[in-house]
Amino acid sequence: MSVLIFTLIVLLGAFLAGFLGSLTGLGGGVIIIPLLTLGLGVDIHYAIGASIISVIATSTGSAAAYVKEGLTNMRIGMFLEIATTVGAILGAVIAVYLNAAYVAVIFGCILIFSSMMTLKKKVDHTTLDYSSKGAKFFKLNGSYPNQGVETPYAVKNVAGGFFMMLFAGTLSGLLGIGSGALKVIAMDNIMRLPFKVSTTTSNFMMGVTAAASAVVYLHRGQIDPGIAMPVCIGVLIGATVGAKVLVKAKTDKLKIVFAVVVTILAIQMIYKGLSGGF
Amino acid sequence: MMQETKQITDKDIQSLVGNLLRAGVYISMAIVILGGVIFLFDHGSEKIDYAVFDINKVSLKTVAAIFEEVITFKGVAIVQFGLLMLIFTPIARVIMAVVSFFIEKDYLYVLIGLIVLSIIMISLSGGFAH
Repeated sequence: MSVLIFTLIVLLGAFLAGFLGSLTGLGGGVIIIPLLTLGLGVDIHYAIGASIISVIATSTGSAAAYVKEGLTNMRIGMFLEIATTVGAILGAVIAVYLNAAYVAVIFGCILIFSSMMTLKKKVDHTTLDYSSKGAKFFKLNGSYPNQGVETPYAVKNVAGGFFMMLFAGTLSGLLGIGSGALKVIAMDNIMRLPFKVSTTTSNFMMGVTAAASAVVYLHRGQIDPGIAMPVCIGVLIGATVGAKVLVKAKTDKLKIVFAVVVTILAIQMIYKGLSGGF
Repeated sequence: MMQETKQITDKDIQSLVGNLLRAGVYISMAIVILGGVIFLFDHGSEKIDYAVFDINKVSLKTVAAIFEEVITFKGVAIVQFGLLMLIFTPIARVIMAVVSFFIEKDYLYVLIGLIVLSIIMISLSGGFAH
């Protein structure tokens, strides 16, 4: 295949990955990696390097809007970034020593888990119980604009959230994804943040987390300009269009269809990993 | 209560950070696209070779190497430079937040920001790559 044809195919695929990733809330990274490895026969190391770059592009783009709206809790974000950046570097370093087949299998499992999470009904865990000492010390309690009213919220279980973030960061660095699903669990279920705050703050942290592991990948030669270029351009444009459509579209049915497709991709990744295809 | 005399508030920081992030993405993507076009003109008809990962295939792997090569105006170097700018954008955001928290006199968060920065800086110096 010539470089030009390859670039055009990847550009189109990355656009679709970014578009669907933003519509369903899965993110572009988890879709572009199977597409590159299973679809185009690209080595998973290059696919991960390109994907992590696209994670920086999309999360930074949307974080810009959220931060301005005052939804993001920058203190929570910065505090938890200690955990996610340490995790991200740890993950990227583990990836160096781990066999590509294992990476593919872990990737498949996380893919299935993430797609299930997008289908799960969200339960509001917010609280006004200000008893957490950690939250008070780190000034994490806050308020956010909810339908025009500034609504306060309290933060619980700071240590639990921190360790979950360490794990989320490690997977992000290991697999080259944003691991938004895990970040949201840490913040919704463990720390009891409102959805709007947890999703936007997770997005805010993703850029720094991905940058930390991207640097390790860069030094390792996993960021190949020929792949990273079409991937990040395509995913960013796709995600931007997706975010515009999302406001109008009903995504419930789409999410189910998509979860099925993603699960099939995940099983293929696991199968190929176990059968020595990587 | 907040001090009335405080000049920089959380709202100002939010707006500043938001603008920085947006500008960083636009500028770096513009550089990547420019480099991509040059790259395709020069190498578009060549065959791709991504089936097996080769640690020595990509030559531009360090910040220093990318800065040295970008002035040669080769497509690959410009793309890599743009990607590096993209990686720097969220890092610049942390630096900016540290400065803002310092002006706001929130020293705990100045420290937290510096911890995050030093983690990334150690990584950037290549300490974890081998």
